[in-house]
Amino acid sequence: MSAAGPGPVAAAARHALLLAGAVVMLAPFVWMLSLSLRAADDIFTAELHLIPRKWDAIRNYAAAFEKVPLHRYLLNGAVVTAAIFTLQVAFALPAAYALAKLRFAGARPFFALVLAGLLIPSHVPAIPHYIMLSEAGLLNSYAGLVMPSVISVFGIFWIRQFFRTVPDDLVHAARLDGMSEFEIVWRVMLPTAAPALVAFGILSVVAHWNDYFWPLLIVTSPEMAMPALGTVYLRNTEAGIDYGPLMAGAVVITAPLVLFFLAAQRRFIEGMTLSGIK
Amino acid sequence: MTVAAVDTGPFAAAPRRNRLARAEALAAYGLAAPAATLLLCILILPTAATVALSFTDWQFGAATLNWVGLGNYAHLAADRVFWKSLGNTLLYVAIVVPCSVCLGLAAAILIEAGTSLRGFYRAAYFLPVTATLIAMATVWEIMLHPSIGLINLASDALGLGKHNWLKDPALALPSLAAIGIWQTLGLNMVLFLAGLKSIPRDLYEAAAIDGADGWWDRFTTVTWPMLGPATLFVLVVSSIRSFQVFDTVAVLTEGGPNKATEVLLYTMYQEGFGFFRAGYGAAVTVVFLAFVLLLTLVKVRLAERRVHYA
Repeated sequence: MSAAGPGPVAAAARHALLLAGAVVMLAPFVWMLSLSLRAADDIFTAELHLIPRKWDAIRNYAAAFEKVPLHRYLLNGAVVTAAIFTLQVAFALPAAYALAKLRFAGARPFFALVLAGLLIPSHVPAIPHYIMLSEAGLLNSYAGLVMPSVISVFGIFWIRQFFRTVPDDLVHAARLDGMSEFEIVWRVMLPTAAPALVAFGILSVVAHWNDYFWPLLIVTSPEMAMPALGTVYLRNTEAGIDYGPLMAGAVVITAPLVLFFLAAQRRFIEGMTLSGIK
Repeated sequence: MTVAAVDTGPFAAAPRRNRLARAEALAAYGLAAPAATLLLCILILPTAATVALSFTDWQFGAATLNWVGLGNYAHLAADRVFWKSLGNTLLYVAIVVPCSVCLGLAAAILIEAGTSLRGFYRAAYFLPVTATLIAMATVWEIMLHPSIGLINLASDALGLGKHNWLKDPALALPSLAAIGIWQTLGLNMVLFLAGLKSIPRDLYEAAAIDGADGWWDRFTTVTWPMLGPATLFVLVVSSIRSFQVFDTVAVLTEGGPNKATEVLLYTMYQEGFGFFRAGYGAAVTVVFLAFVLLLTLVKVRLAERRVHYA
């Protein structure tokens, strides 16, 4: 049965259904790309066509970068997501190692705290965070964009779970070699954790690249926007009705993650499904 | 642990083991302390502060703050906008969750049913999960445009007429829900694909021997019962996710028309940061947290039962 597979009718039905679905799923991407290449009067037409009749790609993309500092948004996105991920690992890795491999009386209360933290959505502490940053004069800064996310409870939890599957012998051997616990964390456990860190990194970078809520609260000047907020700035310029540049901007903002996904699908899906456990 | 006792003998072993244990504990505290401190200062205490603020009348920038007890909550209970907001959030979840879970399941089963083009379909359905929702929302806005939008061109061609999707009070929330389904379906699909892969092949053979031959029989006797725990898990996960709807509302409708798309996080944003009523905004946040906690506790209970899938 399993060798024969479904008959030709069933196979055709499978493709028909899946293709119809795929058209809907991909339509916004195709439409975005198509509009980003067209001249304004080719956009405002009641006829459906995918291939532009009147091309104006260069003007659209140039206008998008002119109206708002798109390159700054990409740079901000790269700097902030990289800073967040690096700090998250810097704090989570030692803590996860202590929880998974070391015996200390504080382990149970600490782990309970981590589990409690997993229950709290990031929006909940937003008002106190805003007050803290405003007092510290850090609104509208990289530090302010990074601060609420430097500690990832999920990161601690996830890396701890991974470390529990690492044999204790690895740690014992490192101790016999005379390594300190600090060295063990960074020279033995860090390389061991690579697969877990890649998955967590994808989740973290995607979440913060796409985040709109927090940047919306604390960013006040156009050049500090993160990618998602930057798209809204572009929409709020007169480009809001000039769809060509707006779609060009949307292409530029979505391209990095989409290309990354297409290049490393398996890893990417692995990382994103972690958000199910989260 | 017994290794240390071998060459040092029983008398020397105890103090040495103690010393080692103390050194290990000391190292552990040193390694865990930075994370524990930050966890307290950035997550736990601010969350407690939100709850505390919800019992005050504090406004951003105000010099004084009064304890008003349950005043904010009494206010909420009498606020029509709040009830509208809570109702809309629940309605949004009630549309997005069943649709995205069923469609995700259907996509996963269809993809697994054959071998050709598997990678393409998986990528196509997953693509929206990776794309920046805010940017894609601006694309949807154009597709939903009343005169030049792709959706109206299609709907008109099908004889359903043209609609002003985001401005019509009856259609605005369902339109946002459709975007929500489009965006989360792929994640549910891959969670189901993982569940499907963990079903042992011989179960299908055993079912075939018992006479379950058609695909519907195989689905009802093997696939669906085996996917049961995974399905519950996906349901709760996508409920939590869609309960946090904010982006599309903030950009496309701003809660309108006439509060038809007002949702909890948007109300919290408006009260707290639009009108600077921090205390009142905090009370909305606490209600939001209560719902998410409830859903998360359900998920934790399910996750404990579902260890064999890990």
